[in-house]
Amino acid sequence: MADPILSLTNVTVKFGALRAVDSVWMTLEPGERRAVLGPNGAGKTTLFNAITGAILPTTGKIFFDGVDMTNMPPEKRAYLGVARTFQITNLFGQMTVYENMKLAARGLSPSKFSLFGADTLTSEQEERVRSALAASRLNGRENAPVREMSYGEQRQLEVAMALVGTPRLLLLDEPAAGLSPAERGYLAEIIRGLPRDLTVVLIEHDMDLALALVDTVTVMQNGKVIVESDPAGIRTNPLVQEVYLGRPHKAVAADLEGGN
Amino acid sequence: MSALFTSPLRIFWLALLACGMLAPLFLPTYYVSVATQILIFAVLAMSVDVLAGFAGRTPLCHGAIFGTSTYVVLYCAAHAGLPLPLAMLLGVLAATVLAAVFGLLAVRTSGVYFLLLTLALGLIVWGVCLRWTQVTGGENGLRGQLRAQVGLSSRELYAAVLFVVAIVTFAMWRFVRSPFGLTLRGVKDGESRMSSLGYNVPLHLIIAFTASGYFAGIAGALYAVFNDFVSPSTVQLSQSVSGLLMAIVGGIGTLFGAFVGAFLIIALEQAVSMFTERWLMVLGLTFIGIMIFAPEGVLGKARLIMAARKLQK
Repeated sequence: MADPILSLTNVTVKFGALRAVDSVWMTLEPGERRAVLGPNGAGKTTLFNAITGAILPTTGKIFFDGVDMTNMPPEKRAYLGVARTFQITNLFGQMTVYENMKLAARGLSPSKFSLFGADTLTSEQEERVRSALAASRLNGRENAPVREMSYGEQRQLEVAMALVGTPRLLLLDEPAAGLSPAERGYLAEIIRGLPRDLTVVLIEHDMDLALALVDTVTVMQNGKVIVESDPAGIRTNPLVQEVYLGRPHKAVAADLEGGN
Repeated sequence: MSALFTSPLRIFWLALLACGMLAPLFLPTYYVSVATQILIFAVLAMSVDVLAGFAGRTPLCHGAIFGTSTYVVLYCAAHAGLPLPLAMLLGVLAATVLAAVFGLLAVRTSGVYFLLLTLALGLIVWGVCLRWTQVTGGENGLRGQLRAQVGLSSRELYAAVLFVVAIVTFAMWRFVRSPFGLTLRGVKDGESRMSSLGYNVPLHLIIAFTASGYFAGIAGALYAVFNDFVSPSTVQLSQSVSGLLMAIVGGIGTLFGAFVGAFLIIALEQAVSMFTERWLMVLGLTFIGIMIFAPEGVLGKARLIMAARKLQK
């Protein structure tokens, strides 16, 4: 087994008395595709924020490829190779697609500090922009103003911007949220087409979509990891069914009789 | 540069602009001095616009940074006996360092908090200038004969200021269109996205703040030579506010709007104060009118109208 690309040891994030993420252990192998499922409020996005540095864990450690990044700010994690998309579309709405990509392409390069230079990309950056746009199927849309694009295209741009820095770990926070079934299928194809050596973690509410894309599934509830299994195991797991569908009628009745 | 000279129409406008800029040289001295003042304050307004319009952080301390440079230049040249060019250099340096310190303190805040923090920092400068009487002359301020020292008539001074302002404007235009300028627009639009892309947002804002203070310092140094006098009113809040007003009236985020704003406000002040002492009331009403009918500022509105016309064709 290869060394893990990401490992979380006993990570807890507290907001006051609330344990939004509660003692989570998680290990990802390089190239693994992982889905994090769970009902609203399970702590999925908080877990993402802890991995990307938007919030720092209260306790526990986060290692990326052997480097302890528990307390690093987001931009340092980006330099290590961690990229993310946002659940609520977080693009530069006043700019064109190409300008968004420019900012993304320069994020890890010293050329972003050019105070009086011309605002053009190097040919290497240009190449990365082109391949990221192609991978997210947005080629030809470079000059479109972001605020005039369809929601689906904006979600694609989210992915393109995360890809352009050639990350090693990509965190997708509900990439298909709010999309039509057709658009969802399209986005699933984009995710399936990502380079195989890229490790992907995916938060998704649409279980069918998620299970078809990943190798392993982590199910969270109330901040805790309750199940970790391959997609086939998830469909038949009684705990998962309980989380998503509620408990069977008889069991609830039995509990009530037992005085619970 | 090449983008500037693309069409005959553009060249026509640029020629008209150049004529307009040179016209004061042939007007009575009074107008020459008003025109000089407009140019100097346009640079102050542009420096405010770099932060307010591009980085999305509205500062209320640029009058203080501007005035610090004015104080340093007058003190060094008129009281410490340094040659004027060196004094101006030190003035700009002082403004830049002050801006870097202010930047360090202010950039982690945004919105109203940034506004209030920069306001407080500006007030500190005002307090120091008022109380440190041995150096600043307290309420009496500092007087000098800088223009006489270098032997410039008011027309020659206008030409010199025009030359410096042209260079500074070109530099600032490059600055907002550079990769760094795009970074600032990114920070304005979405900070969390920028940091997840690898940008150290506070660092970029400190650099922007420092650069903006540098430009305000150049304006302040020019003002010292123009005015030959500085008092706490040069560093007070109303100075910061008028710099911001000019940027807003001209069009925030347009850079060159600062010239329109400086022209409108200073010309209005000069014209109206000939008839009434209540010129501030007229300014207030004008400002309200602009905010209602052209909140993007004069130049911002003009650009919108032109863009709409282009679409119709």
